[in-house]
Amino acid sequence: MSATESQAQFERIVMPHLDGAYNLARWLAGNDHDAADIVQDACVRAFRFVGNCHGENPRAWVLTIVRNTARTWLKKNRPQAIVFIDDDDLAEIEDTNCAAGLFHGADSAALRTALEALPLEFREALVLREMEGLSYKEIAEVAGVAVGTVMSRLSRARRQLQNHFAQKGAL
Amino acid sequence: MTCVEIRPLLHAFADGELDLLHELEVQKHLKSCAGCVAEKDSIESLRNALRSNDLIYGIPAGLQKEIRKKLFTSEPGRPRENPWIWKMLAAGATAFAILTICLRPAGLSEREQFLGEAVGSHIRSLQAAHLTDVVSSDQHTVKPWFAGKLDFAPPVSDFAEQGFLLVGGRLDYLEGRTVAALVYRHNKHFINVFIWPSENAAENSVENYHGYSVINLNAHGFQYCIVSDAEEKELANLAELLRR
Repeated sequence: MSATESQAQFERIVMPHLDGAYNLARWLAGNDHDAADIVQDACVRAFRFVGNCHGENPRAWVLTIVRNTARTWLKKNRPQAIVFIDDDDLAEIEDTNCAAGLFHGADSAALRTALEALPLEFREALVLREMEGLSYKEIAEVAGVAVGTVMSRLSRARRQLQNHFAQKGAL
Repeated sequence: MTCVEIRPLLHAFADGELDLLHELEVQKHLKSCAGCVAEKDSIESLRNALRSNDLIYGIPAGLQKEIRKKLFTSEPGRPRENPWIWKMLAAGATAFAILTICLRPAGLSEREQFLGEAVGSHIRSLQAAHLTDVVSSDQHTVKPWFAGKLDFAPPVSDFAEQGFLLVGGRLDYLEGRTVAALVYRHNKHFINVFIWPSENAAENSVENYHGYSVINLNAHGFQYCIVSDAEEKELANLAELLRR
């Protein structure tokens, strides 16, 4: 592929999804500076491999690269951020006794702090689902896990947020 | 269904990811259970809260420009001190490349490339949780799924009775075109069958590539490429079933 072709393809496939790419990187990295670095690195990779993207789902393709770049970056610079998640532990979902409150009035700063405190995999699943509107299948593709795992991560992530706010009596 | 059964489904329900049957079950349950309605409302209100603009980070001004600059403008290189030596090296490399291209056994490499592609597609399908786009052991579900996604209608058959269980299908890319990929399971092995219309009747073949068996078969106007780590003998049985 010639340089102009790559450039055109990059503009067509990657650039439209840069907002989502940045939001994901920002939530994974935790600050603006590192998020910008991750997005730049991801773009370098995406530019190199843009010829391999056959356009089935460019957004998922871009987000996958951002997610993997962020992972690599975190492993290198902040290894303590990567915590092992036991995806088989479904105990929390079946807890039906906890009264679930509404988040309408939740203070967004408090919500941000709570979301930042979630394990990386949970945060990633929630951001992709709720903010980027990805389907379970797309999230599974981006995160490289099975659809069932996505389902379990999402419900556990939401349960943790519900519990967090219920304990604080904020809902 | 009871609350205990409904609760795990509520998330997928709120996410619009349930199949019709379960969706109806949940809807029915919600009509008579305040607790589950509260849970569903909580999930939805969390979604609305997360989608508020405060929490979604916008891209900083200038980052797009910076990325374009970084990728599209090549850095001006240092002036080379001995330009002639680079020219000599370049000429040498070109000559070497021409020689290599001319001397390589022509057919073999194309074949290797094809085998590499087919086996690569097979391995990727197992790795990335992307074995199937349509999951069904019913050939009457899998076949219509391909309609409109391909410019041909691939033959889809289930051979469960003969030990080859149809798992599903997906689209794949092989030999520069979109092909149908059918996935079968035989004992513990997954088998990818790539199918595309054959313009010319290629020879049938059984090959081995990096430990994977690859069978090429031409039948009913289609080219079949069967890839698996299962025994060659077993694959041949499947090939025979497909050929009939």
